[in-house]
Amino acid sequence: MGVKEWTYIIVAATFLIYVGVAIWARAGSTSEFYVAGGGVSPFVNGMATAADWMSAASFLSMAGLISFMGYQGSQYLLGWTGGYVLLALLLAPYLRKFGKFTVPDFIGERYYSQTARLVAAICALFVSFTYVVGQMKGVGVAFSRFLEVDFNTGILIGIVIVMFYAVLGGMKGITYTQVAQYCVLIIAYLVPAIFISILMVGNPVPQLGLGGTLSDGTYLLDKLDMLSTDLGFDEYTTSNTGKVNLFFVTAALMLGTAGLPHVIVRFFTVKKVADARKSAGYALVLIAILYTTAPAIAVFAKTNLLNTVNDKPYASMPSWFGKWEETGLLKFEDKNGDGKIQYYNDKNPSYVSMTATPNGWKGNELKIDNDIMVLANPEIAKLPAWVIALVVAGGLASALSTAAGLLLVISSSISHDILKKWLKPDITEKGELRAARITIGIAVVIAGYFGINPPGFVAQVVAWAFGLAAASFFPAIILGIFYKRMNMEGAIAGMVTGLVFTGAYIWFFKYGGGSPEQYIFGITPEGIGTLGMILNTIVALVVCSMTPPPPPEVQAIVENIRVPSGAGAATGH
Amino acid sequence: MSDKNLQEYWQKNLRLLGILLAIWFIVSYGFGIIFADYLNQFRIGGYKLGFWFAQQGAIYVFVIIIFVYVNRMNKLDKEYGVDEE
Repeated sequence: MGVKEWTYIIVAATFLIYVGVAIWARAGSTSEFYVAGGGVSPFVNGMATAADWMSAASFLSMAGLISFMGYQGSQYLLGWTGGYVLLALLLAPYLRKFGKFTVPDFIGERYYSQTARLVAAICALFVSFTYVVGQMKGVGVAFSRFLEVDFNTGILIGIVIVMFYAVLGGMKGITYTQVAQYCVLIIAYLVPAIFISILMVGNPVPQLGLGGTLSDGTYLLDKLDMLSTDLGFDEYTTSNTGKVNLFFVTAALMLGTAGLPHVIVRFFTVKKVADARKSAGYALVLIAILYTTAPAIAVFAKTNLLNTVNDKPYASMPSWFGKWEETGLLKFEDKNGDGKIQYYNDKNPSYVSMTATPNGWKGNELKIDNDIMVLANPEIAKLPAWVIALVVAGGLASALSTAAGLLLVISSSISHDILKKWLKPDITEKGELRAARITIGIAVVIAGYFGINPPGFVAQVVAWAFGLAAASFFPAIILGIFYKRMNMEGAIAGMVTGLVFTGAYIWFFKYGGGSPEQYIFGITPEGIGTLGMILNTIVALVVCSMTPPPPPEVQAIVENIRVPSGAGAATGH
Repeated sequence: MSDKNLQEYWQKNLRLLGILLAIWFIVSYGFGIIFADYLNQFRIGGYKLGFWFAQQGAIYVFVIIIFVYVNRMNKLDKEYGVDEE
């Protein structure tokens, strides 16, 4: 059986499991729809959080990014795991004790203001929406490359599946399908990594294999450093570029992770405060399994790729090479007409004059898209067809689980924060539930539409999502818990400052014609959320000190969320 | 529970947070970024130490930090009688 047949079988089987789970876990009340009835066990919630969190970007793109960035890629590894420490220690237990459905709910109640609630709801909508469009695109790519169906058909299939279990099951259905999706995606990530680790360094644990030795006795990482410098690139394991930006980007990703509404809302679904702390721990363990494997995959894939293609005749390339060329994600152009592939750093002047020109090379001839590294890796390493099929199913699981979590945030922001808490407070529970189902359905369709016709900005918006979450939500929530005196005026002024500053900076450098020389302290738009967060905090504290303290009942809420005892089920009323 | 006890519980919580977040900062930003070049002269197996902290070690420490926190807080909750049930 070929790759295509295996892919059909494995993808169909996993989809059947998701649908089956969704039918078993239907939601009957708003509480079940928004927070799964608040009775999810810490380990199950940890699994669901991990699947919720690890998106198509983590699964498909991250290892590829790292393999081209080397040490610099640490920003993703540290940034997307370190945020869980902040979540577990600073946010999850207190928000669970607070016991409402959504993040805007917390902001609205803690800062006794409908305006604050609305600002938060709009931020949540914006952040989640930009994020979900990227997931839909990931679904389309996986389908079109491996099932050889049309890109658009791929997205349509994705829409139908997500719609089915999100509309039917709400948070309850999503939670339990995410558990299944976590299992699929982690197996799909580990199996090829273990195979390749055994093949390359003879160690079945990729985390150890990365530090292992090749058959010729050299360390794998030393070998890759050598291969890289031989081609005019920087050493893989060390950094030559600025540490300041690395620091800021890492911090923005960490703070953004801790501020993303679809992650935070997962901690409303457990029974107790102690469970919220514990489930953040489980979530990080389950995420760390993938995140510590990713750098190993990055190095295996890069080493294999360089050995396979470099200075080899184009005609002798294996079949995967041609298939990826068809997708446009791999491009070869024989600039010097010698029929061989020269892949090297043509932006390194001394390398070009010393090595490339004397050899008759006329520029780098191979363009490799980051996104293909994980999908192509098993093929490059010549693993069996079923392993490749498994990776496709894993990629789909990661995209679908994250999309579902985000869609729920979108739906609850509209039906709960905007409709129930603002426009139509007298709506019945049944009416609210129906509204939630309708909005989730509409949101899936819109997300699918933008997945098919991506607006130009989509590729760049992940930076927005993290930067804006870091610069808006994070300080408002932290100050709301740890600084009793923080008031409405300070919080709103801070959030608006953080949002406007970060948004304007990103906009200026992405579309406004700003050039890298104008970066403040050399910080790229990806890292500016950290500075936005600092500004937000300063403005909030200054404005707060000049305005009256919050009313006594709000201060009592803060006192109350600081102790675990007496946490009831999450409630919207 | 009295106000004084509550104060004491909160202070102890804050102290624990301070210690754990300091460790969190040192392993990731410290060892993984600021001092990575210096640490790279040492090795664990095939890993340069700074690189190992940035791509492996810090993540393991993050996991340990959370479970230490869970453990300590559960004890603290019991000690001050603010645990659930």
